[in-house]
Amino acid sequence: MDAVANNQSAREAGGKDTTLIYRQSRWTRLTHWLWAFSLFFMLLSGLQIFNARPQLYLGKQSGFEFNNTILQIGAENTANGPRGFTAILGHRFDTTGVLGWSGPPGQETQRAFPAWATIPSYYDLGTARVVHFFFAWILTTTLLIWLVAGLINGHIRRDLAPRLSDLRKLPRDIVDHAKLKFHHTREYNTLQKMAYGGVLFVALPLMIVTGLAMSPSMDSVLPWLNEILGGRQTARTIHFAIMVLLVLFFVIHILMILAAGPINELRSIITGWYRTDPPTKHEQSTERSA
Amino acid sequence: MAKFQISRRKFLTAGSLGLSGIALSGCDAFDSGLGIGGGLRGFLENANGLTYRAQRLLAGRDALAPEFTEADIRQPQRPNGVTAPDDDTYKGLLANNFADWRLEVTGLVEKPLSLTREQLQNMPSRTQITRHDCVEGWSCIAKWTGTPLSLVLDQAMVKPQARYVMFHCLDTIEQSLSGNIKYYGTIDLIDARHPQTILAYGLNGKPLPVENGAPLRVRVERQLGYKMPKYIYKIELVDSFANVGGGRGGYWEDNGYDWYGGI
Repeated sequence: MDAVANNQSAREAGGKDTTLIYRQSRWTRLTHWLWAFSLFFMLLSGLQIFNARPQLYLGKQSGFEFNNTILQIGAENTANGPRGFTAILGHRFDTTGVLGWSGPPGQETQRAFPAWATIPSYYDLGTARVVHFFFAWILTTTLLIWLVAGLINGHIRRDLAPRLSDLRKLPRDIVDHAKLKFHHTREYNTLQKMAYGGVLFVALPLMIVTGLAMSPSMDSVLPWLNEILGGRQTARTIHFAIMVLLVLFFVIHILMILAAGPINELRSIITGWYRTDPPTKHEQSTERSA
Repeated sequence: MAKFQISRRKFLTAGSLGLSGIALSGCDAFDSGLGIGGGLRGFLENANGLTYRAQRLLAGRDALAPEFTEADIRQPQRPNGVTAPDDDTYKGLLANNFADWRLEVTGLVEKPLSLTREQLQNMPSRTQITRHDCVEGWSCIAKWTGTPLSLVLDQAMVKPQARYVMFHCLDTIEQSLSGNIKYYGTIDLIDARHPQTILAYGLNGKPLPVENGAPLRVRVERQLGYKMPKYIYKIELVDSFANVGGGRGGYWEDNGYDWYGGI
């Protein structure tokens, strides 16, 4: 039996198309887009806030008379004119045009992240903070709503909770992804569970916690927070590092969607409906015997 | 009074906006909606009020900012903003070591005060090693000594209708077409009466240096640095921001910062 016939028999058996399934609940879809929207604004306003002090430190305070800087984005005058640089753990890279020194030709200025990557595009720390904290409330509220809805409707237990079988499937899953061979099933594969679970249960909560740790008022409520994190400046550095990981997640997320079939993937996160692969012979026979 | 001011900052902002021809038009539209007084911005600024209420609810009146040890003082306190006031009045006061300087306490008080440095320093003092967090992102730990602001307020007997403490400063922070603007700022009475809120005259065991705000600056340990004016000469109790600069509660607030700087 080939796939088409398979599909047909599945359709006949249920009296309808059984490969089109309702995969994403309205809560998952709503929160997904709220995150997408708020993370966009948080990222761009966050880079603007970073531009006010384009250095990252480790510890309780910033070293001015001692060195605890682990990352710096800046500009310097050289024989070839001003150049932008990025220094990470003592390693220096020339990043002229993007980091440190950027702008339209002939109108370059010293700024850590370029105008196209910040909100507002011009230097304005106050406005960036207004935008950042507005969306921080949206992001956090969305995460709480998702958590409650996901616990009640079973999304977290059913779709995200790792199982022993996930570990068994992991090597195969990595090979399949490397070959861009995708299986369209109702369930998330192991790497998907790791990526989504990592973002929702580790990255975003850590982002919120390190954000709160930078607030002097919250430090009076939760004085142990910065002690656990290693000091306010370390918290700020972690906040930045998670941002980099989230951007990385976003890039891979988009690449995977493009590779796995953007129309089908987009439909499922907009309408909830997802076209799964037709069941194989083996799956059908087990279903019958069950 | 109709205000027409083109500050250096706004001029540069407008200038750079005009120059940035490559920015996407969508971004430009968003940028322009974010100007002070803009509808979009006004909506987004509600988040600051929410943060204020949430943090007041959690921190209450007396939750203390973390205090550190002598071992954490690893460098001089980094100065920011104006570090050497060029104002004649200030330079005159500095020339005879602030002997003629007075701290005026006025506004909505039963008993206006005029205190000398000695009078302030003879009041009970508090010393605390705290972390200064700048809105830009950096932090610096130092030891501050000063008179609790609550003691000064008690002495002046604050009237019940007072809601904010306004600090008037001696340093010019901005030169605009309509004249020099000296630094000013406000905090609410909860922070004003917080146990760690002191009128500091000592830093790291020595008299407060000029660059850090001599002869007197305030420490508001649960907020960011821009909420802690330096070079103070007058404390005024007010019931609104109506007569505070541009009406948003402080110099930096009038330039776009949130009034509440606890985050």
